[in-house]
This record gives sequence, structure tokens and C-alpha cells, in this order.
Amino acid sequence: MKLVVQGREAHVYTGGKPFDATLPCVVFIHGALHDHSAWTLLARWLAHHGHSVLAVDLPGHSQSDGPPLADVEACADWVLAMLDAAGVDQAALVGHSMGSLIAMEAAARAPQRVTRLVMIGTAYPMKVSDALIATARERPLDAIDMVNAFSISSTASKPSYPGPGMWLHGSNRALMRRTQATAQRRDGLNLFVHDFQVCDRYAGGLQAAARVTCPVSFILGARDQMTSPKVTGEIAKALRARVVSLPSGHHLMAEVPDGVLAALRAALA
Amino acid sequence: MAGSSDPGFDTLALHAGAAPDPATGARAVPIHLSTSFVFENSEHAASLFNMERSGHVYSRISNPTNAVLEERVAALEGGSGAIATASGQAALHLAVATLAGAGSHIVASSALYGGSHNLLSYTLARFGIETTFVKPLDIDGWRAAIRPNTRLLFGETLGNPGLDVLDIPTVSAIAHEAGLPLMVDSTFTTPWLMKPFDLGADLLFHSATKFLSGHGTVIGGVLVDSGAFDWAVSGRFPELSAPYGGFHGMVFSDESTVGGFLLRARREGLRDFGACMSPHTAWLILQGIETLPLRMARHVENTRKVVAFLAAHPLVAQVGYPELEGHASHALAKKLLPRGCGSVFSFDLKGSRQQGRAFIEALKIFSHLANVGDCRSLVIHPASTTHFRMDDAALASAGITPGTIRLSIGLEDADDLIDDLKRAFKVAEKSA
Repeated sequence: MKLVVQGREAHVYTGGKPFDATLPCVVFIHGALHDHSAWTLLARWLAHHGHSVLAVDLPGHSQSDGPPLADVEACADWVLAMLDAAGVDQAALVGHSMGSLIAMEAAARAPQRVTRLVMIGTAYPMKVSDALIATARERPLDAIDMVNAFSISSTASKPSYPGPGMWLHGSNRALMRRTQATAQRRDGLNLFVHDFQVCDRYAGGLQAAARVTCPVSFILGARDQMTSPKVTGEIAKALRARVVSLPSGHHLMAEVPDGVLAALRAALA
Repeated sequence: MAGSSDPGFDTLALHAGAAPDPATGARAVPIHLSTSFVFENSEHAASLFNMERSGHVYSRISNPTNAVLEERVAALEGGSGAIATASGQAALHLAVATLAGAGSHIVASSALYGGSHNLLSYTLARFGIETTFVKPLDIDGWRAAIRPNTRLLFGETLGNPGLDVLDIPTVSAIAHEAGLPLMVDSTFTTPWLMKPFDLGADLLFHSATKFLSGHGTVIGGVLVDSGAFDWAVSGRFPELSAPYGGFHGMVFSDESTVGGFLLRARREGLRDFGACMSPHTAWLILQGIETLPLRMARHVENTRKVVAFLAAHPLVAQVGYPELEGHASHALAKKLLPRGCGSVFSFDLKGSRQQGRAFIEALKIFSHLANVGDCRSLVIHPASTTHFRMDDAALASAGITPGTIRLSIGLEDADDLIDDLKRAFKVAEKSA
């Protein structure tokens, strides 16, 4: 469905059912160069099991108007404004990678509105190498290929996503290329550089964690090379997070969709 | 296997989509000859049917062995995913049926495999889908043939019978300017010789019967999506960008930003038309793909030797291989097919139909049959078989002479193949 958030049209996937603000709401926030389609299976499952679902395209990503917002803090404010636009008082926030930082910051800014915080494929600080940013400036398609290879830990992830026959390396690369091309065409902007700098520059994680009051869960990939589980200890401790580790790389929702669903159901219970 | 880059072609040919079986430890891909798959419980069943979870329900829609083949071909092509089908013809039909319906229009190359031409020219026309054929090298013709109801541009990477090389960068640009996808038949080239998605194509399919399986044992097809074409932005494909009553009002392009085409093709076309692949067939094609890089290199190496022999032979009027300077697609071939132009080509024997027949009947290693892309060398004489009803004038309009011979060069010793051809030339000469 379409919402008007902060004066701009936003695209929100509702899990294959009309949105019902009276049901317990779960908000999904995607990572860098992704969009709502990273959440399709989880969103459909929850929407057909007693929840209302808002899987957003962040501003400047895929079907939501751009330009993209400058930093994690601005994105967090946008998420809260999106809840207002949808008529939702309280929601669980689920974020992946960059989206996990946005979810945490939103939970810190409005703790009374956030019932659960689930951070998937997360780390703090979420530093990005200068070499990758430099590559992205000059050869964004090469940078996408590098991130794609780092993000998926296997060449045989079953049962594949969103269904059998999909090649995760190819579909994830196609999605990143699509969001990159859309932002370039619509906003004249290198979305790769923008999103990865948003991750890299976010410095308010520990302060935000101190203000989060709801139960927090981490769902991490044991083979994650993008946001290594090794650098989640301090932020997990600050958030008093329950940590679940799955046999996956960074793109957990595609590599181990059933494992993430089970962990998410436990986190939202 | 994660690193700073995806695995290379040869590694993907062996590993993409497959890992040791977690249940048994089997290293080779198991053949899952099971029509259906047990649900964990009623909730699991419902969630699989409603696409809330990924998995297998019934082997007409998906199967674990077929899924390995689908992922492997998608990986080799640089695509987002694939669907295995009962044949190459079924793959073509599945693609068209997903994108077009009564009142739709297709622009296709005139240089097509006869089966594809029949489907487009006669059978689909009966269902209200019209096709305009253009010569593959006629770039203005491609552009001029597009209509408001056009849904697809289609050609072969190497066209039948003359091996015209499709200028994919240019034709795909024409398609994209009009908000349309370009689909190619990659059967003759395989991803080892050409990756059409890197050149601008949006969809492709294979008759996996040929080089992918490589051993002349099974009939099969694979339809692959690049994931690059934006069906919603195009505005010409409500089948993908508007709610579909046949699957819970699903909007496929919203359900998967880059996988909407394959979702609909599987959830509608495979479900309703049912042209699925047997898991046993999928396994045999996987066996073939494991050696595809080695075989294609040898196919091309042998072909170049045979082409050189034929081009210098006094009884040969001309050889239709794009690596030869006189071929109309020579420049394009150098640009788009640097590894070679495959191993299927035709040459013209100087002489009559009778001499053509005599030539074929004298061959001992080449098998006289209607197939290509086998590991064994194959031959056919169009004037006395596939086009035998045509007189010489009609043959000429199809680019075929009474002496045209089509070869599919296999993996035998090249010297033996050349000796076989030499012997046949002598017999043909004496039969004049």
C-alpha cells in the first residue's frame, strides 16, 4: 500500500493481506540497497497469523519516493512518522543490517511505542572499509558484486528464497543493482555509497541502546562476513539482548528463512 | 564458500545449488523421484501453499533435484533463478504464456529453429498471439515491428540455419526503449560461449537436450530470468504488476522485486500447463553440466579444425561459420563470441541432392539424425529430410541449397572426423 510520510509517498508491503491497524503490528526495515522484498516470506507468515505487517521501502529505495534520508537518526524519525501515517500506536520493530540500526534508534527515540526490537545480521559499530566505499564511488557494480559474495555463505542454500529455483547470489545481486539504478535514475544518487556511509557514520548506538526499554533479540549468522558476530558483544550486552545464532551468512532471511521465522516467532512471543 | 567474489564458472558448474545431502551424506545430487513431500503439520501445509514458507509440495510445481538444476543454470548464466521444463519448446511456451495472451504481439527473428517458428507462426496465432518476423541483422526492422500490444522481442543467440549472430546489445536497447524485454534462445551457445544477460538480454532459455545434457539422452528445457527487467515500471505487464485472481490476489512484482516473472511462471504456467521436468531428467542434465566447460572447449576446438578442412576443400562451395571472414556476422561474432561460435553449422556441397544423400550415407562416425549438441558428431541433409518437400527455389529462399549439409561436431578425435568427411567427399564425387 502507499502512505504519505513526511510529505512523500512511501511504499509498504503488507504481507498479502489488507493492513489492519487493530492487530498487533510488526514493522520490517530492510538493509542497504535492499527493499521490502527481503522480508516477503516472514511478512506473509505473520500477516496470516494474527499480525498486521508493514514492510517498508525506505525513502529513496525501490518504490518509495527519494531522496534517501541522510542518517540513521533521520530514518528512525521516518519510521515513527510512518507508524503515524498508518495509524499505529505501538509496533514491534524488526531490522536487518542497516535497518537494524534504524530500528534500534527508533526504539530509543520512542520507547513507549516499541513492543519488541529484533535486530538481524547486526553489529555496532557497523564500520565499512574505505576501500569498499572508494570502489563503490568508481565502480558500483563491482562493489555490489563484492558485497554480494560476502553476504551469502553458501552456493546451495535450501529451500531458497522466496521459493525453489531461485539462485540467491543472482537474485540478491539483481536486487542491489535494481535499487542502485533506480536511485541513480530518480535522484541522481549513488545509493551504495549513501547507504554504506549511513552505516559507517552511525555513532549513537550505545547511547540509543541505553534508552531502549523493550525486550531485544539478535538473530545472527554464524558465518556472517559483513556484520561479524564477533563485534556484537558490546551492543548486545547494552541492550540485554537474547542472541540466536543460525548457520548462515549475512543475508539470513534468504539463506535460512525457516530458521529466521522460528527465531522471530520466539522473539515476538 | 563466501569470499570477495563469487566462484568461477567451472566451480559453479560442479557445485551451484548442491551440497552434500544433509540426510544421508550423499555427495552426488540425489534423484528425488517423489511426486510429493510430507508436511510437518497442517500449519506447515497451509503456509507452503500460501507462499509464507519456501519448500516443495508437488513435483509438477517444484522438486529438490530440479531445483538444483535450476539454481545451477541460473548461476552459470548470471541469472536470478530458473525453471526446468519438459523441453526447450516448453520453456519457450512458458515464457510466452506468462507474458502474453490473446491480442498480444511478439517480434521475433526470422532465423529460428523450425519448432520455435511453428509455435510462433501457427500455434500461438491460433490462440490470438501474433508474431512479426524480422531478419536478425535488420536493426531498423526490429524497431519498426514493435506495436503498442507487443510484449516480447525474441531471437536466437546463433540463428538457424545460417548462424546469424544476434546483436543483443543493440536489440535489447531497442526493446528497453519500448519498455519491453528481450528473450534469447541460448541453446547453441550455452553460458560457456556467451552470457546474454551481460549483453542486455532479460530472459533466456535452453533446449537442455543439447549441449547442457550433452549426451543425447534426455529431452528438457530451462527458462532463466536475469531479474533485471522492471515489469512494474514498464507498465505493459499487468500479469506481473496487478493482483492475480488465480493466486490469492498476489502482485508478483511486489512479492519479489526481481523474481516476479519466475514466481508467476511457476505458480501459473507450470501449475496449469504442467510441462514440468522429470527429476531423473534433471539429474542427467546436471551430470552433463558438470563437464560443460570441458566439453564446450573441445566442441569448439574440433569444430575449428573441421571448418578449416571444409573451407579448403574443392567440393565445398561455402562454409557457414561466423569465425570465417566471409560470414555476415563475422564482426559481431568476434565481439560477442570470443570463445567460439559453437559446434553446429552448415556447409554447401557442390552438387546435386543425390550427391548430398550419397555424402551422408558414406559417413561412418557422423550419425545421421535430427539432433544437435551431442558428444557424438551428427549430420543431416536438409534437402532430403527436414526440407524434402521443397523444390530448389524454395530451398534457396530458406538459405538452403540441394547440397547443404548440417553438422554438429562432437568430441571424437578431430583427425578421425576429418578422415570420415574425406571418405564421404570421395563417394559423393563418384556419385555425380
